[in-house]
Amino acid sequence: MLAYIGRRVLLAIFTVWAISVLSFVIIQLPPGDYVTSYIAQMASTGSVVTEQEAENLRIQYGLGQPIYVQYYKWMALITQGNFGMSMEWRRPVTEVIGERLWLTVVVSVAALILTWVLALPIGIYSAVRQYSVGDYAATFVGFIGLAVPNFLLALVLLYLGFVFFNAHIGGLFSLEFQDAPWSWARAWDLLKHLPIPALILGLAGTAQQIRIMRANLLDELRKPYVVTARSKGLTEATVILKYPVRVALNPFASTIGYTLPYIVSGSIIVSLVLGLPTVGPLLLKALIAQDMFLAGTIVLLLGVMTVIGTLISDILLVWIDPRIRLENT
Amino acid sequence: MAKSDLVLDPPSTPLPGPSAVPVAEKQRIFVASQWQLMWWRFRKHRVAVASGVVVIGFYLVVLGADFLAYADPNASEAQRSLMPPQRVYLLDGWAFRPHVYAVKGARDPQTFKRVYQTDPSQRIYLRFFAEGFEYRFLGLIPTSRHLIGVEPGFDASRTLFLLGTDVQGRDLWSRLMFATRISLTIGLFGVTVSLVLGVVLGGLSGFYGGAADTLIQRVIEILRSIPTIPLWMGLAAALPRDWSILQVYLAITIIISLLGWTELARVVRGRFLALREEDFVVSARLVGCTQMRTIFVHMVPSFMSHIIAATTLALPAMIISETALSFLGLGLRPPAISWGVLLQQAQNVQTVALSPWLMIPAIPVIIVVMAFNFLGDGLRDAADPYGR
Repeated sequence: MLAYIGRRVLLAIFTVWAISVLSFVIIQLPPGDYVTSYIAQMASTGSVVTEQEAENLRIQYGLGQPIYVQYYKWMALITQGNFGMSMEWRRPVTEVIGERLWLTVVVSVAALILTWVLALPIGIYSAVRQYSVGDYAATFVGFIGLAVPNFLLALVLLYLGFVFFNAHIGGLFSLEFQDAPWSWARAWDLLKHLPIPALILGLAGTAQQIRIMRANLLDELRKPYVVTARSKGLTEATVILKYPVRVALNPFASTIGYTLPYIVSGSIIVSLVLGLPTVGPLLLKALIAQDMFLAGTIVLLLGVMTVIGTLISDILLVWIDPRIRLENT
Repeated sequence: MAKSDLVLDPPSTPLPGPSAVPVAEKQRIFVASQWQLMWWRFRKHRVAVASGVVVIGFYLVVLGADFLAYADPNASEAQRSLMPPQRVYLLDGWAFRPHVYAVKGARDPQTFKRVYQTDPSQRIYLRFFAEGFEYRFLGLIPTSRHLIGVEPGFDASRTLFLLGTDVQGRDLWSRLMFATRISLTIGLFGVTVSLVLGVVLGGLSGFYGGAADTLIQRVIEILRSIPTIPLWMGLAAALPRDWSILQVYLAITIIISLLGWTELARVVRGRFLALREEDFVVSARLVGCTQMRTIFVHMVPSFMSHIIAATTLALPAMIISETALSFLGLGLRPPAISWGVLLQQAQNVQTVALSPWLMIPAIPVIIVVMAFNFLGDGLRDAADPYGR
């Protein structure tokens, strides 16, 4: 088990490294270097950057030196918690991102939980009552969930909410809580706004999980041990929940690692449509304004969060299912 | 059925009565080629067949976009901004003469919004294969015939608005036709690039195994655990603003496929692993086939069908990616027209609530993605006709 977790952690570290390189590439891609654009930006608002200040910045980011030195300097600054300055907001990047990152995490995790809570019972039902009306309904909703891109789904729901209820279903907070400090009331308000974005984000994943669960459970239900359990006189619920469901849970659970990146990815674009105060809208604005430190940091942090989330779920999985330990070591 | 008589070891003479049919059926299966078996198997999956027809239909639109459009997709006109879809009346009295009513636009003196009123006294009759703007059919034959048009004396781009117009007063139906062309071909190019990457890397991984396999598998795992949309956005935003439509188009295709090849590589690797130890591969190697020959003459044809199925399943993701990026304004940029570019106008609720027809381009996206998914499912089942 330790060997397995060790390998997972190693892979996670490599992934984080790959993400950091990609984020650095994104920062470097636009023409011109950071200090030059910074000076131009400051000049346009009437402030002057002295030659000394500019020189200091150049040294700090290793401009003019080979690209790997620049990467190394950038990483060194990050490990000290210095993610650079946002050019558009003229504040440190960490301040600009602020609680938006945590709200992104909250929305993504909520979507992930919802995926599981919905997919598990529906998948079991679909398999046990194969070809029933409910099974067909689940399959149909599943296909819709897979085929409709989540941002279009958000758009349609927003439109329907507007036309039929005259309500704006977007956002994560009511007006009075938008800029309020954290309190129980604000947390409760957040909780009330969560279901719709979580549902939109989780639908595709849910659809996929239902199909996986249904297929696995159908395979298991045909096996002789189920007949044996039944012939021994166990109740139907015990037969199904205690044996085949537990076996079928394994492939179901192992897909969780790929669900999280997908949800985080989707949250960016859905946030834009629904107007959620996550990092999504911030990233788009930063990219359009070529505010590259902000954009690069968001890509980096999102990637790292996803890797950590996936790692946690992987470790939980080994803990739940001992067979994985044996298979992989 | 002379051919089936040649089958070795027929189960004695066909018995009279009901069992005669299954025997003939069986014999037909024995002599059928692999592709024929797959076709029979695929045919049974009704939804997949129907989806295949839908997909072919969409690609016909790609070929004949300018024939199906009746107005220049880029001709903007402030006088026709945000016109709602027109109602088409099929009958004139009791005769089948499809027509629309002329539309008059005016500015509401209070709200300053443009309002449109139909004028039932003026009927404009539709014509099929009517004259319109000039183009080259299939890029070759110069013509000015269009599937739909209006009677001579009227200009289709001024009188006909089947799906309404957008903010700049451009005809949505005509734009949708051209958007289909771009959105569906970008998916094809993207999937081709992914396919090359997937087959080469998946092949290396599965055929050689060992260190190459470990390395490629880890790279795939890393790529799959990165949220793709932020990365795409970052890369797409860095494309120089002064690039031509074609350059942006190619760059977006490459960006999307760089992260999209992993699933194809996984399928190819799995096939290689399964085939590596098969008798026919071992014997090919033993009779001295070069590695290239073993791979491309003996192994690849035997899992071609699997590749086709996996490719079909990879296409919808490509189409959605392009739509998403263009929707955000980071993908294709106007004057290029794609589904995402059209949907960009539907980004905020206020616009959509007042002009819901701007959401129409979402419908083909959903239909195509569903059709490709069903088609891919059917192909995947058919790819292995010997399975259960």
